[in-house]
Amino acid sequence: MYTKVILVKDTDLKREDKTREFYTRLLDYLREASLHEQIQVVRVADIGVYDQGLVVKVLPDKVTYINVQDTDVKKIVDAILSEGKVIEDLVFKPKAKQHRIVLRNCGKIDPESIDDYIASGGYLALKKVLGELGQLKLIDEIKLSGIRGRGGAGYPTWMKWNFAREMNSAEKFVICNADEGDPGAYMDRSVLEGDPHSVIEGLIIAAFAIGASKGYFYIRAEYPLAVERIEKAIKQAYDYGLLGSGILGSSFNLDIDIRLGAGAFVCGEETALISSIEGKRGTPHPRPPYPSVKGLWGKPTVINNVETLANIPVIIAKGGKWFAQIGTQTSKGTKVFAVTGKVKNSGLVEIAMGATLREIVMDICGGTLSGKPIKAVQTGGPSGGVIPEELLDTPVDYENLQKLGSIMGSGGMIVMDDDDCMVDIPKFYLGFCVEESCGKCAPCRIGGFQMLGYLKKISEGRGIPEDLGQLRRIAQAMQKASLCGLGQTASNPVLSTLKYFEDEYNEHILNKRCPAGKCSSLITYTIIEDKCKRCGICFNNCPVKAISGSKEEGYSIAQDKCIKCGQCFDVCKFKAINKK
Amino acid sequence: MEHKKLNPELVSLVQQWKGKEGNLIMILHEIQNHHGYVPRELSLELSKMLDVPLARIYEVITFYNFFKLIPPGKHRIALCMGTACYLRGAAVILDEIKNILGIKEGQTTKDGLFYLDVVRCLGCCGLAPVVMIDNKVYGKVKKNEVADILSKYIKEE
Repeated sequence: MYTKVILVKDTDLKREDKTREFYTRLLDYLREASLHEQIQVVRVADIGVYDQGLVVKVLPDKVTYINVQDTDVKKIVDAILSEGKVIEDLVFKPKAKQHRIVLRNCGKIDPESIDDYIASGGYLALKKVLGELGQLKLIDEIKLSGIRGRGGAGYPTWMKWNFAREMNSAEKFVICNADEGDPGAYMDRSVLEGDPHSVIEGLIIAAFAIGASKGYFYIRAEYPLAVERIEKAIKQAYDYGLLGSGILGSSFNLDIDIRLGAGAFVCGEETALISSIEGKRGTPHPRPPYPSVKGLWGKPTVINNVETLANIPVIIAKGGKWFAQIGTQTSKGTKVFAVTGKVKNSGLVEIAMGATLREIVMDICGGTLSGKPIKAVQTGGPSGGVIPEELLDTPVDYENLQKLGSIMGSGGMIVMDDDDCMVDIPKFYLGFCVEESCGKCAPCRIGGFQMLGYLKKISEGRGIPEDLGQLRRIAQAMQKASLCGLGQTASNPVLSTLKYFEDEYNEHILNKRCPAGKCSSLITYTIIEDKCKRCGICFNNCPVKAISGSKEEGYSIAQDKCIKCGQCFDVCKFKAINKK
Repeated sequence: MEHKKLNPELVSLVQQWKGKEGNLIMILHEIQNHHGYVPRELSLELSKMLDVPLARIYEVITFYNFFKLIPPGKHRIALCMGTACYLRGAAVILDEIKNILGIKEGQTTKDGLFYLDVVRCLGCCGLAPVVMIDNKVYGKVKKNEVADILSKYIKEE
């Protein structure tokens, strides 16, 4: 029986992979020492550490050694056998460690078992709130913690709660906003599916704080498993007396229901979400009055994001003071990001606020997939902006990201490399916002459409220098005059790319060239004579017969016929087609 | 076309939701789950049962992307066009599907086998680009794999 496992992986990409070589050496040593039946050696494809030479990870000890040399084999095996001894010169000390608060239970407990959640300390916070704290002390504790809404705008949670609490109304509501619409982000989905009870507990506490007797989960219909898990969890909570009337023997009553979204991005905006729960078109309303004053069916309503609610039980259990120690001056606690795009390890990352973008993208996620340099990181989805590589050392918090022209958003983080075009990206995001605009207010409905027109024009090589000024003007009008967050922020991707990558716009406009090779109208395909083996595969595959020639004479592309579909580029086995 | 009627199951469902405020969207969800789309006849009946104008029901159906007014094909292809998928080449995959099936997004093939839907984020961005057919997710799809994936469903017929 194996008692220890050693994982090995060469993480130096610049040289030939030495994993197998080291693996054999280690195995030979273990055989010689007759330890090969105790210690197993496994070669892995990814060890979670990058650019640190040969990396060795020992399980179950969870000790990682980096930059291991061939001569270190004996030292490492000795240390493993010594139980507890660690080789200080080699041990890996991660710079940026993930800090899991929101994702504390995800993957660890059975999400369909309330007993598992309770065994890990679940619903103790609710007990404390109902038994000891009471409304005022509860809100004080949340105030002390400094937590701000994780949905994007970062409004202090305690203020939202307090406004609604102070309202004199027979009926009040709490809503969990689980309409995660940002394309390219899935933080809330993971929490709903992996730890549904933490969100429910957070919602019950929020309801108690403001004196609500009815709560709703507003979940995207595109997340059927999340809906199923929440449904199940609500039922379990009723069975255990955590929902319904007289919760945990107190006089507090709460019923929770689920409402499904139906594929409208704007419904993540709170006033639009309220309309949708009321069974209407999801169009936003002017604020004020804010929902905490006049919300669902005209009653005081608090709407919190999934991640915000998942934080609440921990804050109550460990105290607001504990929570306030994590993070930066203005932004407390942690934030979950869904790091995707051209990144090596895409996935969810939870870090304490104040960690830098570089730590997240490089140290935790391993840099780009292609090994090419990072061009920019985009945060905040269609409402956010791009942050260029040279600013990646900025510590993440609400204010810093805003200063850079982006936003924290709900936690989407998209990594882009040199192959991504900074005119194409805003065009993509704006296209999304134009499609999702509800059409109620003119700045968003017309402004977005017009801006998209300019971007299309530029990407097709028909742009003129004056277009950039026009884009900026429309963007400002949209920011100032749109009714809701969607329109106010829809221009952020355009403004931030204009701010940091104006050169690239100018390349498109003045030189009719797309440096990233993305805008198909501006690409020319040519055949490189030296590399062409005259196999004729491009000739056979061209859908418009733009390639002429023969196996004897060689081939050429007639530019006036070429529709830039890229078929020839894809089929050529000798990389003899030049794309520029 | 056969005349679609609310079956007793749906009648009881409407009864169950009738007293709750803001019930319309949830009822439409149930109808679409059952039929795959919201048939006009059912909207008419619903309008009578709930005593709301048909225009109110259509206003909601047409606002939300999720609701459909025409019957989808047997298999629903949902191609993800979220940011992560887009960056990793979802547009190429979409073109390939369109080429093979000869339909545009929001259309059903002539044989009624496939319905092509372009969606914004299926929530599995780590697998980008993603195509979901019915409830099966295909991750990290490459252009040359599309034909193979689709042929599986064609062969089943």
